[in-house]
Amino acid sequence: MRYVLASLVLLGFLVLPLCAMAQPAVPEGMVRVEGGTYTPLYRGVLSDGIQQVEAFYLDARPVTNADFLAFVTAHPEWRRSQVKTLFAEVDYLEHWAGDLDLGDPSLAERPVVNVSWFAANAYAAWQGKRLPTVAEWEYAAAAGRSRPDGHAEGGFAQRILQEYGRRPATARLHVGAGEPNYWGVYDLHGLVWEWVYDFNSALVTGESRNNTDLDTGLYCGSASLGASDFMDYAAFLRFALRSSLEARYTMRNVGFRLAAFIPAYASRHP
Amino acid sequence: MNTPNTTKPFVMTLVTGMSLLVVALLLFGYRSSSEAPGTVSVAGEAPAAFAPHDGGIYLPEIRGKEVAQLTAAPNVPPPIARDYATRVVVDLEMVEATAELADGVEYNVWTFGGEVPGTFIRVREGDLVEFHLQNHPDNTFPHNIDLHAVTGTGGGAEASLVVPGKEADFEFRAIKPGLYVYHCAMAPVGMHIANGMYGLILVEPKEGLPPVDREFYVMQSEFYTTGAMGEKGFQGFDIEKAVREEPEYVVFNGRVGALTGAGALAAKPGETVRLFVGNGGPNLTSSFHVIGEVFDTVYGEGGTLANQHNVQTTVVPPGGSAMVQFKIDVPGKYTLVDHAIFRAFNKGAIGILNVEGEENPEIYAGQTVLKDYLPEGSQRGTN
Repeated sequence: MRYVLASLVLLGFLVLPLCAMAQPAVPEGMVRVEGGTYTPLYRGVLSDGIQQVEAFYLDARPVTNADFLAFVTAHPEWRRSQVKTLFAEVDYLEHWAGDLDLGDPSLAERPVVNVSWFAANAYAAWQGKRLPTVAEWEYAAAAGRSRPDGHAEGGFAQRILQEYGRRPATARLHVGAGEPNYWGVYDLHGLVWEWVYDFNSALVTGESRNNTDLDTGLYCGSASLGASDFMDYAAFLRFALRSSLEARYTMRNVGFRLAAFIPAYASRHP
Repeated sequence: MNTPNTTKPFVMTLVTGMSLLVVALLLFGYRSSSEAPGTVSVAGEAPAAFAPHDGGIYLPEIRGKEVAQLTAAPNVPPPIARDYATRVVVDLEMVEATAELADGVEYNVWTFGGEVPGTFIRVREGDLVEFHLQNHPDNTFPHNIDLHAVTGTGGGAEASLVVPGKEADFEFRAIKPGLYVYHCAMAPVGMHIANGMYGLILVEPKEGLPPVDREFYVMQSEFYTTGAMGEKGFQGFDIEKAVREEPEYVVFNGRVGALTGAGALAAKPGETVRLFVGNGGPNLTSSFHVIGEVFDTVYGEGGTLANQHNVQTTVVPPGGSAMVQFKIDVPGKYTLVDHAIFRAFNKGAIGILNVEGEENPEIYAGQTVLKDYLPEGSQRGTN
């Protein structure tokens, strides 16, 4: 009888780690965002306006200056004095005191800004991760405090609009200072604008010269043509910003956070 | 079963209807279906009084280059002295800042030139304008500019999109004289305009405007705050109110009291005054009136035809303008209002033009008698 018990205990010690392997741990600093659907502000010519988003991991907070310092320490080609002008503009990391010196210690916990899309991608590769897509970012950002669809919570869009207008510009705040949303993600609204992988596709709905449904000039009233929600001004502001960017731009209030694929078997067997 | 009594009226109705149809067809003529919609065939010539502007434009040779003199409201750059066209460089910086809408009421305004309304730009018909639009690096949002004076895509908006920290340069010929609104046309445009991104550009006709003694820049607009009118503290932009077109503030020159107290306009009796009146909207049409004065001349809708004389109240649409001129005959306090009067009384659409000087009793004698009045038949001491 003792041998049976001992064997069962031993078996337990063998099986438990196997169970843990089947359900991979969420990477540190990230949360798991479950799959779902979201309605993009501008739909593609070939789409029916609803986009499917697969489950993914997302950083709970934007990348900080301290995080980025670790990156450039390991990768000298991305230091301020070394970076190629093809990949970043002249004010890349201008708010740091030096190549490897933040200067102001409060910068450590503040979101890194003045980084180009190229730099953000390089950081992501260093971590073995990637930038979120527009769809993933918008889907995560659509969540309110208590549910995946924040619009169901009254005043959601207006609250976000308030946060966007704050002055002085909010890049001076620490990451994670506010309340997390339903997914446990902080700072999607009101801290910094964030690079996404396909930022340039934000307003493209087809071959721009042939497109007769959407005025891709998108200024004045025509920006509402083809939009899915005329009242979501916060979304308009984000889409307008993204479509005004170029990959080498470094701006005082554009930062980023990372996403990662969930290993294949785990996303099919949650 | 049709009796003779019902058949006859029926036939009469049918005959009348068909006759009317035939008459209508004859009156309106037969239209060829192969013509494009909007095609107009004119029979004969229009009388000279109604002859339209033929759209011909003045494109003189450009001589030299100068930097535009820009002013903040209510001041206006001086009339253009030169009689030739030149390259005019306009440097306009967009700044997002916190400003006071009213006493103790703070609001984040988005501006052309640091203030609401934006800087006044003055050029001459035929000038080549080299426009430098700058977005301050501390700003949060991308912006652009649509000048109604520009003939070209977006009025310049397509060519001028800039994120914070960037400048876009573009060029256009000022071929159309008149007083034009300019505004930011970035999505969502209603919010960019509602936050203060509008101003005026005057393209003087090549022969110039008739000289006057004083010129002022007055721009009406609305603000849609989350709190009620007068509620102190920081106020945000309320999209619901903006879509319902129910502003909390309707003001001249960007805030309550901009044209009162120390900001009041001033002139002397006998002087001619010209007001360049713009309406940034975003939603409301202004019924512009100066209490105590009548406009001698109105250039309706900011065009180049002095199309009306002796006007009490003129209409200024959002995204539009008007030029009004009047000679001051008597001293006093003249009040600029939007005559949709609750806006003047309750929302801030009031400005003052102070005129001090010699009284002119021949024009306005003021009060001559103040005495008791009792309706006829009343007796003192009875009720």
